Amino acid sequence: MSTRTGNGVVLTVDPIACRAHGLCADELPEGISLDEWGYPILSSAPLSRKLLRRAKSAAASCPVLALRASRSRD
Amino acid sequence: MILWYSSRAVGVVSLVLFTAVVVLGIATAGRAASAAFPRAAVLRLHRTLSITATAFIAVHIATAILDSYVSLSFWDVVVPFGSSFDPFWIGLGAVAVDLLIAIGITSALRRRLSLRVWRAVHLSAYAMWPIALIHGFGVSGGDGQQRWMIALDAACIAAVLGALAFRLRPDRHPDTVARKSDGVAGRSLARVGTSS
Amino acid sequence: MNTSSLSPASTPGFHRSAQSDFPSGPAGVGRLLPAAGVASWPDHRRHYGPVLPTSTPSLSDLVRASGLRGRGGAGFPTATKIDAVASGGGRTRRSVVVANCCEGDPTARKDRVLIARAPHLVIDGALVAANAVGADRVVFAVHEGSRSAITLRTALAERGAAESAISVVEVPHRFVASEASALVRFLNTGDARPLGRLAPVWESGVDGRPTLVDNAETLAQLALIARFGDRWFRSVGSADEPGTALVTIGGSVPRPGVVEIATGTPILTILAAAGAPPAGWALIGGLAGRWVDLSVVGPTPFTTADLLAAEAVRGVGSIIVLPPGGCLVNETARILHHLADSSARQCGPCMFGLPAIAADMSALAAGDRTALTRLRRRLPTIDRRGACAHPDGAVAVAASAMTVLAGPEADHLRQHLARRGCRAAAPVVPLGVPNPTVLNSRVLNSRVFNSRGSNSTGSNSTGFKSTGFKSTGFNSTGFNSTGCKSTGSMSR
Repeated sequence: MSTRTGNGVVLTVDPIACRAHGLCADELPEGISLDEWGYPILSSAPLSRKLLRRAKSAAASCPVLALRASRSRD
Repeated sequence: MILWYSSRAVGVVSLVLFTAVVVLGIATAGRAASAAFPRAAVLRLHRTLSITATAFIAVHIATAILDSYVSLSFWDVVVPFGSSFDPFWIGLGAVAVDLLIAIGITSALRRRLSLRVWRAVHLSAYAMWPIALIHGFGVSGGDGQQRWMIALDAACIAAVLGALAFRLRPDRHPDTVARKSDGVAGRSLARVGTSS
Repeated sequence: MNTSSLSPASTPGFHRSAQSDFPSGPAGVGRLLPAAGVASWPDHRRHYGPVLPTSTPSLSDLVRASGLRGRGGAGFPTATKIDAVASGGGRTRRSVVVANCCEGDPTARKDRVLIARAPHLVIDGALVAANAVGADRVVFAVHEGSRSAITLRTALAERGAAESAISVVEVPHRFVASEASALVRFLNTGDARPLGRLAPVWESGVDGRPTLVDNAETLAQLALIARFGDRWFRSVGSADEPGTALVTIGGSVPRPGVVEIATGTPILTILAAAGAPPAGWALIGGLAGRWVDLSVVGPTPFTTADLLAAEAVRGVGSIIVLPPGGCLVNETARILHHLADSSARQCGPCMFGLPAIAADMSALAAGDRTALTRLRRRLPTIDRRGACAHPDGAVAVAASAMTVLAGPEADHLRQHLARRGCRAAAPVVPLGVPNPTVLNSRVLNSRVFNSRGSNSTGSNSTGFKSTGFKSTGFNSTGFNSTGCKSTGSMSR
């Protein structure tokens, strides 16, 4: 539940590092929602191309670098 | 002469911009947010303004080097306290520039660095900003001590102090409380006192 | 799960060992817990003989042919683990073997009984595994102050194993501290909190070296396979999951204890050893297990696949039987509060989710209908969102309770919802050592549980004899005559 793949980008959340800042959900509301305690839930649908840029900026916006965007082989 | 005055004017603007950058950085760390400014917006503004302020600093430096009124070389900008003109006050500016370069590079490479390294360098902004302010106050004697300049400095200091007061309030965010309050899992599970 | 890939016939190029390559092993089901005493080094050697070097292929091939799976709860194929550690890090770094002798799940007593009765088997297994993965260090992890710590130290001293390469390390007595990655982290830094899937210990574990973490029972089985071969190992138990297994039976049964069974033995036969009829509700698999109706699952063979098919789980191999009139809601709420307290508090969904569902289950017991909606909403959001499997276990046992309460126990739930409470007996699921409480879960505990007014401290299991846990009441000799030994495939 913490990985989204599609179009070569894998989003993962390090649950230990995550401090519920919630900036990721601000940047990518179509792909990241927050549970009732403020922690991110990544939706399982694959990333569409036009969300790629915002996915990367979501990862860049995490104050503790818990969200990471990396290239996948897909 | 015009370049010299431009440099000083741009310097003042840079100070105001960097004051805003520091305030926004403190706000980001302090989890500040409002309906109009969600967390990500505060962060984005901090980052955007930091780039703008850096651009202004570059102009401030370029005009200072290019003008013929005082002799400042490129090296005097990054190597502190070696200039022939006003070595101490210019030197302070050079220290601030060095710190700015370190902060800028580590921030650009943030995803590749460890969080601790990035954070350690970024915290030097707490040194960079006052050094820059003092540089502005003392350089080229006289001007920095004009009333309007002092008032501006006071306003900048007040803004940062206000942000710090906000930042230093006790952290009651549930995540922080839950991780800390539990001396249990932390202390009883950790022989060597590690709790993060 | 497809276990057929473990059979030698499907492994290309595998040299199937002949039984003549090995000395003949003991007959019957009493392999780990024989009737004869084997606790001392001389008795152990007399009963089992030495591990002889043979001409057979590597240990990992032997283990793969045997079809051995881990006995610590995850049921991972042991040969695969050995291969991963042996190949991790190439030849430049020596590996480490960690024998997990902690038995963190309080419903299980099998490892402590095994260590008390046959510590040298566990030690043999760890040494054999160390050879197989090229390890130069072996650590036996035990809970602080446990009897197993003393037994293992004594046994190691008997063998003259005073080298620093083999050590017994005491670990904080907390539920999550004996998770594999928590053990490794504790050995590295003194912090016994798990890292779960963030730490691939088979690649980088203790001192950054490839580390094999195996359960005590798994290692004991390994010690036997190394002596007597895969054919002997397969001569007992089901074809897809051969050998013997240790099962803990507790709760409201006349003769609680640990029994060694041939895998594939039906649950009702296992219960009979404890003197219990196949009736009533039981928690099977551990605190993170499933609720089963024994009258329904009685005939189910005790194998991983069969239990899964019956909507149960093998887990740590424990069966805790509720008394007639036992309350599933109260028991589950109590378990959830304990699991919430046990959280390492590193991940938000676990840190907040577990106390929330515990409170919901308590609220359900108190008659709050809205708790059902909250539980249904929360359980999927907590599942698999932590670094380790701790929250997943809590979700699983809660979901199992919800399924039962929606089905066979719907009347009982209705009773709770009508705020009539229930005349439940005192809870029987053992929770082990109580965790110091941080969150308010205990407040709810004292108000809801035990409608008879007796306050359960949550720490004492009422299912086990307090005068030291006895396993000798029933073991292999009792089973031979009832034909539980399986010589071929078990009918499903």
